[in-house]
Amino acid sequence: MRRTRARAVWALHLAILLLLLGLQFVVPPFHQIMLARIMALAVYAIGYNVLLGYAGLMSLGHAMFFASGMYATGLTILHFGFGAGAAFGLGVLAGAIMATAIGLVTLRASGVSFLIVTMMFSQAFYLATLYFNEITMGDQGFIISGRLQPLVAGGREFPFSDPAVKYNLALVVFALSLMLSVWLTRSPIGRVLVAVRENEERTRLLGYNTSSYKLLALIVSGSLAGASGSIYTLMFSYVGSSFASILFSIYPLLWALLGGTGTTLGPLLGTALMTYVVDIASGLTSSYLLVVGATLVILIMWFPAGVMGGIRARWVRWLP
Amino acid sequence: MSFEGHLFLALLEGTVTGFVLALTALGLSLVFGVMRIVNVAHGEFFMLGAVIAWYFSTMPGGFLPALVAAPLLVGGVAFLADRLVLRRIEYKPESTIVATIGLLYIIQQLVLTVYGPYARPVAAPVYFRIDFPWFGYSGYKLVVAGVSAALLVATWLVLSRTTLGLYMRATQQDREMAQAFGVSVHRVYALVFSLGAALAAIAGALVVPVQQAHYLMGLDALLMSFIVVIIGGLGSLGGTLAAAFLIGMSDGLVSVFFSPTLAKIVATLLVALVLVLRTGGLFGEEGT
Amino acid sequence: MEHVSEGTRVASEKISRRAAIKAAGALVGAGIVGGVGGFSPAASVSRAAAQPARTPIKIGFQVHRTGIGAVYGRWYERTATAAATLINEMGGIAGRPIQLVPEDDGTDPKRGAEVVEKLAVHHKVDFIYGTLFSHVVIASAPRAGELKIPYFVVSEGYHVASGKLNRYVFQPGITDVRAQITGISSWVVKTLGKKITMIFPDYAFGYDHRDFLGRAVPALGGTIQARLAIPPTETSFSKYFARVPADTEVLYHVMVGPGVLTFVKEMGEHFGARRPQIFGFIDSLEGVDLASPGLEYLEGTHFWEAFPRYAGGYPTPHERFYRDRVGVNDAGASLRDPKDVSTYSHMFGCWETLFVIKQAVEQSGYRDPTPKDYRALIETLEEVQWFNEGIQHPQGPKKFVGQIHQSFGQQFISKVENRRLKVVHRTKIEDSLYPPEADYRKQPL
Repeated sequence: MRRTRARAVWALHLAILLLLLGLQFVVPPFHQIMLARIMALAVYAIGYNVLLGYAGLMSLGHAMFFASGMYATGLTILHFGFGAGAAFGLGVLAGAIMATAIGLVTLRASGVSFLIVTMMFSQAFYLATLYFNEITMGDQGFIISGRLQPLVAGGREFPFSDPAVKYNLALVVFALSLMLSVWLTRSPIGRVLVAVRENEERTRLLGYNTSSYKLLALIVSGSLAGASGSIYTLMFSYVGSSFASILFSIYPLLWALLGGTGTTLGPLLGTALMTYVVDIASGLTSSYLLVVGATLVILIMWFPAGVMGGIRARWVRWLP
Repeated sequence: MSFEGHLFLALLEGTVTGFVLALTALGLSLVFGVMRIVNVAHGEFFMLGAVIAWYFSTMPGGFLPALVAAPLLVGGVAFLADRLVLRRIEYKPESTIVATIGLLYIIQQLVLTVYGPYARPVAAPVYFRIDFPWFGYSGYKLVVAGVSAALLVATWLVLSRTTLGLYMRATQQDREMAQAFGVSVHRVYALVFSLGAALAAIAGALVVPVQQAHYLMGLDALLMSFIVVIIGGLGSLGGTLAAAFLIGMSDGLVSVFFSPTLAKIVATLLVALVLVLRTGGLFGEEGT
Repeated sequence: MEHVSEGTRVASEKISRRAAIKAAGALVGAGIVGGVGGFSPAASVSRAAAQPARTPIKIGFQVHRTGIGAVYGRWYERTATAAATLINEMGGIAGRPIQLVPEDDGTDPKRGAEVVEKLAVHHKVDFIYGTLFSHVVIASAPRAGELKIPYFVVSEGYHVASGKLNRYVFQPGITDVRAQITGISSWVVKTLGKKITMIFPDYAFGYDHRDFLGRAVPALGGTIQARLAIPPTETSFSKYFARVPADTEVLYHVMVGPGVLTFVKEMGEHFGARRPQIFGFIDSLEGVDLASPGLEYLEGTHFWEAFPRYAGGYPTPHERFYRDRVGVNDAGASLRDPKDVSTYSHMFGCWETLFVIKQAVEQSGYRDPTPKDYRALIETLEEVQWFNEGIQHPQGPKKFVGQIHQSFGQQFISKVENRRLKVVHRTKIEDSLYPPEADYRKQPL
């Protein structure tokens, strides 16, 4: 039973990835870009979900991890002429280091305290990007498209300005993140994390070092956020303080909650849903925030556990 | 200006900021404490109070009726939100966050469409300038501090002396027990949510002559309220007051010594450190 | 779905408002009603007035309808609509009607880049224009460059002229901050005083002032005594005024954002009657009524203006015509609502830029959004040296420097007298020129 369920889970995710791979040939160019962007940002949401949905920690400071990846990638390309691959690696690393540092200091707090502590550190980070503006160019930001060299593989060049390159790069990073999250939830580590989320005291009494597990979750979460920031920079070229602001910390929270925390596909769904609702609404009316807000309220009333969570509870029980 | 002048100014500003912040944050603290939910739209209630005050200031009655009208109107909006939405999602913490974010967008867009994108000033009901040896200072700001203090005392009296206050404290301490004793938890929740919004609105109305009414002003109020509430401890009035003063003062004092942006960074980090060291906040329950 | 934003924007605004008020009950319904209501009957009337049977020239309009730039966005949209209507009455561009396609970017850099994509790829517009805030411009411009679509900025920032963007980006309808400061600094030093203290926001816009004034003033024999940078999240300013040196002769301030009113109030409370000369940029008060309570302290102070808000400041028949067409009264506020004050020193850029696009299309023979036609348009525009004053350029004549894709024009200095602005000085274009630091023409397309 568990074997068939495992196979069903992997098959479903593989199918989704294949669908995404195929969509780029079918949809109009505008939606191609939209989907590429959604996938890049969904990595951010997946990272957020690892911490919230599986370890039960709600952070309001994830923008600092995203922005760390962004700045690490952007600055090394702009000032040192790094190649895309190395810059991306550095971006992920920056997210991981930031998460480790923050985790060592803040994981003593939990619940709402953790919420505010992460928010405060993120706010300090945001202010720092403004303060050190000779390097970061502050809120005005900088662009890297002039310095960014194309990818070279198999003797051919793949410039980042090519929409197909953007799409498939985002797809690859998204696929890896998605698979990581699926693996994590089904692994022993993932089960301990869920146990920590449900009842930390009991898990500790059972002999697990819950602090280490929480730190691990935070590091994975931060690395994914950093990866998202990094790939976003490579795709869209602009780095600026606005990505380190509190609003940008609210987005992954919103996307994960809307899609369904504690599900692997929820983050993708939430990101896609919000992106399209905003886009469609702003095409319909100039008062589009009204539509977006109303949609959020209505959706959460129908699906209190997120859309994916609701689907899982009502129809498809075996969704991870 | 001499050092004592700077210091005195910082203390004065810190006091005013502290009182206003305490009033703004109190509503959030009560909602947090009693209902255990995060109301992301709290700042928007503050903004609505300010905008309503502006509307009144353009009408024959003037600004003062707004101090009564704003909390009533905004409290009403909050009551509706509680009835129509929050109750239906059963006050689940995560769903409430999404719902209140939706509420935030709705309120912001409505205000943008009806009131507009402008930042409009509101004339203070009383205007006089106090001349200290080193600088001039707005008399109205001191009035605001005084009125805020009075309102805080009034709220404390309601909490500690009235039946409603008793119900609120009971529900906060132990919801099931309170229910067992016949307290209608849903009614308490509706009242607390409305009261929280009303407090934010009156803070917004009081402060708007010092600042100006703008449809995006809620975000800052929300941020500051969050911080005050967590440092002070959930649902603790004394804690909220202490935290508000700590933040109000520290911001002013630190910037006497450092450059302002650096000061903000330092102040923010200090706040975070306090939290890490005392995970319950200064006065709240441990481990919350 | 495209918004047809020509014709009476009044109708669509009013419909939106009404719908939103009804929305207290039916939220979602109101949003959709508002959208459907946006297709006002007046729009089809304007269309009928244009030349029949020619495909329209679609101009994507990236506008700050929401977010911190919403005040500007509102007036930018009114001005652009008025200009587009006028152009269609004049027969369109090369005989083809002009159609504005607005999209809100929320004054957000991330969304700005998305809007550029939507306009270019989904709406398939010929050109994109309209952005104001620097950080949005900088995030959006690379996308326009990648998509190879001309991007006309109405921003006032120095970023276009700095050469840091790409060859598809132009700023022909409005002058940039560096030119403005260069133009007015000698008047400030000679007329107001040599010892200057600067107060500015601690981010990009403020730094431009800090850097460019910092260069200009010493060369004129003055000194900058103090530079007070105010963090963006600041809501109270008294402590900054406390740092102004006692012997400062000129207080130079460029605060922007909703906090400006508090800023002025607290400035008055701090200094009282013993105050230095005060010089500011009208950016601080765009969209704000000078007669507002709390702004009494500005009496007798000076402001830079790009285009005098009060009629009579630059009394030409073109200015009059422009003012009437856009719907602004003699005090710079909306004809329909005197409380609705305009952003007069910025929005003219939208009007003039549309006419520049018209000129560029007609001179280059541009037909379709192909690389060949774009190249012709860009190269033609780069050769232009001068935009003459007239109803197409009511703010004044402009010298266009093709290599940096930037226009230079006259600047105004006004004094606040009896709660109104009165022009006391007008610069010559030569006063504001600076040596170009880049050459876009060397970049490949």
